[in-house]
Amino acid sequence: MTSDTRPLSPHLQVYRRTYNMVLSVLLHRAAGVVLSAGFIALTVWLAALAAGRASYAEFAALAASTPGRIALAGVAAAFWFHFCTGLRHLAFDTGRGLERHAARRSALVAVLAALVLTALTLAAIFAPGGAA
Amino acid sequence: MSLRSPLGAVLGLGTSGGTHHWWRQRVSAVLLALLGLWFMAALGLAPHRDYTALHLWLQAPLQAVLMILFVAVSAYHSVLGLSVVIEDYVHGAALKTAMLLSVQLAHLVLGATAAFAVLKIALGSAA
Repeated sequence: MTSDTRPLSPHLQVYRRTYNMVLSVLLHRAAGVVLSAGFIALTVWLAALAAGRASYAEFAALAASTPGRIALAGVAAAFWFHFCTGLRHLAFDTGRGLERHAARRSALVAVLAALVLTALTLAAIFAPGGAA
Repeated sequence: MSLRSPLGAVLGLGTSGGTHHWWRQRVSAVLLALLGLWFMAALGLAPHRDYTALHLWLQAPLQAVLMILFVAVSAYHSVLGLSVVIEDYVHGAALKTAMLLSVQLAHLVLGATAAFAVLKIALGSAA
């Protein structure tokens, strides 16, 4: 097999950290990985809901605990960051906004939008009378 | 000296299907952006999220179908995304292949479980 000699993506640490790299790797990819873990939580939530009242009460208690709330907040933040930086990358893919200034501006817009949307979501989730 | 042409020497050594993967990732991203907005809006704006209210909500055909679509497209997009991360950062063919297969299998199991749960709620009697 020659597969071990195939070219690989270069190691991250050889590059000077730039704006777009931090946004791409740290926010978009890391948030995506967090969301994959969130997919497990989504499945557990639906399964608990389908399994009956007692199972769902257990799930709700877990979600309302401090670690549960932290996890929920983390997934919500990951959702909006991945969503906003994802839209930015979809725009890049059409050839738009690739110049340095435009890319920096859209990075700022994406981060601010994600922060606002995360705050709104957390306010809705953790409002008195909310589920979690 | 080898008689093989430079092209012949490298054919099959790179990745294959990159464009197709890229395209599927983008199409699923657009679908998931819409379904994700629906999911966040539906759950975020719902006044009640207790057991009975959620059952009633998921028993409406539109919500059940949208939830199954959300689960399916999420699983698909998640497999594609995690695959890119594994391919980029995991070096070593055996570990990489094992991780890629595990990720695919895990999403298959999770997706089937979640879809079955939605169907059970949607087709079951009122809670």
